[in-house]
Amino acid sequence: MLADFGHFTLLIAFLVSLYAVVAAGFGSWQKRPLFIASARNATIVTLPLLLLAGGSMIALLLSGDFSVEYVWRVSSLETPTILKVTALWGGQAGSLLFWNMLLAIFLAAAMLRKWGEEQVFMPYVIMVGSFTQLFFLGLSTFIENPFARLDFVPPDGNGLSPLLRHPGMIIHPPMLYLGFIGFIVPYIFAMAALISGKLDDEWIRTTRRWTLVAWLFLSLGLILGGRWAYDVLGWGGYWGWDPVENASLMPWLSGTAFLHSVMIQEKRNMFKMWNMFLIILTYCLVILGTFIVRTGVISSVHSFARSDIGPYFFGFIAFMFIFSAFWVSKRRDELSSPNHLTSFLSREAAFLYNNFVILAILAIVFLFTYYPIISELITGEKGFVGPTVYEQALAPLFAVLLLLMGVAPLTMWYRTSIERLQMSLRWPVVATAVFTLILFLLGIHSVGALIGLFVVTFAAVLTLLEFWKGTRARMGRGENAWQAFSNLLARNRRRYGGYWIHMGVIVMGFGVIGVEIFQQETQMRLQQGESLSLGNYTMVFNGVERYAGPDDLVVTEATVDVLKNGRLVKTIHPQIELYTRTQQPMTIPDLRATISEDFYVLLVNWEPTTADAATFRVFLNPLVNWVWAGGFIFVIGTLIAAWPDPRKERQRVPQPRRAAIGAAD
Amino acid sequence: MKKSADHLLFVFSANRVYKQLWLVILLLLVAQTAVAQQPVTDDQVNEVAKGLYCPVCESTPLDVCPTQACMDWRAQIRDLLAQGETEEQIQAYFAQRFGDGVLAEPPRRGANLILWFFPVVAVVVGGFFFSRYLRGLKLQQPAVVAAEPNLREETAVLPPTQAPQSDYIARIEAELRGES
Repeated sequence: MLADFGHFTLLIAFLVSLYAVVAAGFGSWQKRPLFIASARNATIVTLPLLLLAGGSMIALLLSGDFSVEYVWRVSSLETPTILKVTALWGGQAGSLLFWNMLLAIFLAAAMLRKWGEEQVFMPYVIMVGSFTQLFFLGLSTFIENPFARLDFVPPDGNGLSPLLRHPGMIIHPPMLYLGFIGFIVPYIFAMAALISGKLDDEWIRTTRRWTLVAWLFLSLGLILGGRWAYDVLGWGGYWGWDPVENASLMPWLSGTAFLHSVMIQEKRNMFKMWNMFLIILTYCLVILGTFIVRTGVISSVHSFARSDIGPYFFGFIAFMFIFSAFWVSKRRDELSSPNHLTSFLSREAAFLYNNFVILAILAIVFLFTYYPIISELITGEKGFVGPTVYEQALAPLFAVLLLLMGVAPLTMWYRTSIERLQMSLRWPVVATAVFTLILFLLGIHSVGALIGLFVVTFAAVLTLLEFWKGTRARMGRGENAWQAFSNLLARNRRRYGGYWIHMGVIVMGFGVIGVEIFQQETQMRLQQGESLSLGNYTMVFNGVERYAGPDDLVVTEATVDVLKNGRLVKTIHPQIELYTRTQQPMTIPDLRATISEDFYVLLVNWEPTTADAATFRVFLNPLVNWVWAGGFIFVIGTLIAAWPDPRKERQRVPQPRRAAIGAAD
Repeated sequence: MKKSADHLLFVFSANRVYKQLWLVILLLLVAQTAVAQQPVTDDQVNEVAKGLYCPVCESTPLDVCPTQACMDWRAQIRDLLAQGETEEQIQAYFAQRFGDGVLAEPPRRGANLILWFFPVVAVVVGGFFFSRYLRGLKLQQPAVVAAEPNLREETAVLPPTQAPQSDYIARIEAELRGES
């Protein structure tokens, strides 16, 4: 009954979206504002319809109606209540429904915003936005119907995949989806600008905050995903260059390039075509990412052929790409800029170098991610591209990117003289070189590590100097240090928020170098009371107990004392979790974390027959907490940059273009 | 070892024959001195397992995978190590049985070479077109300087004799003035 109602609301939402596309198209063609207003209302109405559908699904999950296939697939009688709700995005059909709900929220929010000068965009925003919604609703309604019934009523369900029961995995997908869908909004406005022919930077200014918020969620999704891997997957790392991870990294990369290059358009009225290309690319990568994250088809051509929705996705991406490319080529004359690059040493050139490096990284990640499919098509044999291949290819590019990140803020718009740049770089280079030399003398002899640390430290010095110079200039005007610093951030949120984000990346960079190059590990079978040592840590194995957890979980938990330099610092409990229904074991680490390193212990194996012996795997992860701290700084910086500035907001409309130059980046 | 007969028949590589001979000799030695032999440590097993990926579970390195199948594979690695095989030999053994897909790094031959050439080619070729594009953007510069008043403005702010550092401070101070 409820399932039929849910499916019915989906069908209505589909028809309403279809109407929105048609009415907006007809209204703009026949110049009938009433139709456009009606299309706008239709777009807004999609949201309550989808909330009803999503609510029905949650009600079905909570009531445990296993006659609905999806409910049977992702939950069971013993599934805890909170997980029954989050099971909404625990499987393919449900997460498509969830995706639809989020997109409807974004579109309704875009419709309900205050429309000013950009009113001309509205019919096209509705057309492109509702068309995207229409595609996903079509998938949900006709192909991956989450409300589909089984022929019989099973007594119990399958239960949620063990991997998805961790809190990190509960919030990770919504963050990622919010990021994905957030990037659809700037794309829609870009297309509206193309179709309407109003190609000034209105669409960029309208969507700037949307873009930043989308980027924030995508970044959060990536960081939380890394934390989840570190806490649950038990390999001592946080990023494995897995296709699913890469699928969400790629739109993040092109989105990052876009965030930087739109600044050139706002400031110099150049590279309009390029920005269009970047946002179209991001949109395509978002749709592709949604598909891959959900189905994981990269592993093989066969699993792709088996997937019901694969061909539709590729058809849709191809259609949207051709549609976008058509409008770009139709407007190419309006998109070309009258302005020219004045110097290779300028802020706008630096942004272009940044774009080049980011796109090179993107291209490499793209090839490597899809290589299993490519090689299967060429040679018939599945190739696998492991993390070491990625790291060899990408490490130099990331180093260049970090260097640019440090140096670019020193350049000025239009042109910067080489002497000036040399002058500003001289002392930072010397200081960083001395620091690196000290590290060398302290015993760090790995060339890779020294280069990496030099680059990261150099970027850190330059970025901190930016903050220092700005603060000092304000202090010169009678503000105290704290006032000067906080006003610096508050008065120029975009630029100093950006530098703050750079600091987050730098701190993460230190962490990545620490783990990548200086990680130590060992594995050993210990009798009860025995110990093993790694670095200046020792762990003592003090026994194992096995007990039943919630649902079908059996937990095997070891008690381990951690000693640092011979002194007891913490008692930890690494576990093996076994979900008996699926017989899927997971090794859940426990760790002792400090700012300088993590001592990370995994219980690898324990058998009741040899009760007093167990096998442990131990990692010493230097600086790994810098990765999380850097992520936190990064997020704060994005919030600073995206936070509305009421003072600027008021000024924005009457302010002539000229006056804006030089005031903000 | 299964394929050694084929190799001897079809591959006339002296090197390979020697290797096989060495193995036979080593095996004999191992059989005789099994008591005196050092046991293979877990770390040695993991070192080899790291280079291999679980053929069943998606993208999980063999040293990490907790399933029974992977435990058996690790036990097999331990046996092979005890027999004196090297890391490369063991990896080749697994690749031969389960396909190159189990290798963390695909073998550097055939189509796989793309993985090492592409990054270099992408950066070089991309860089070439990128620099040509940049130069094209800059060509008409003399006409542009006059056309863009902002440029003249900004350069006019800096007297050429002034220390280059000071224009940065000047910019910040200009911002301060503009804002307050």
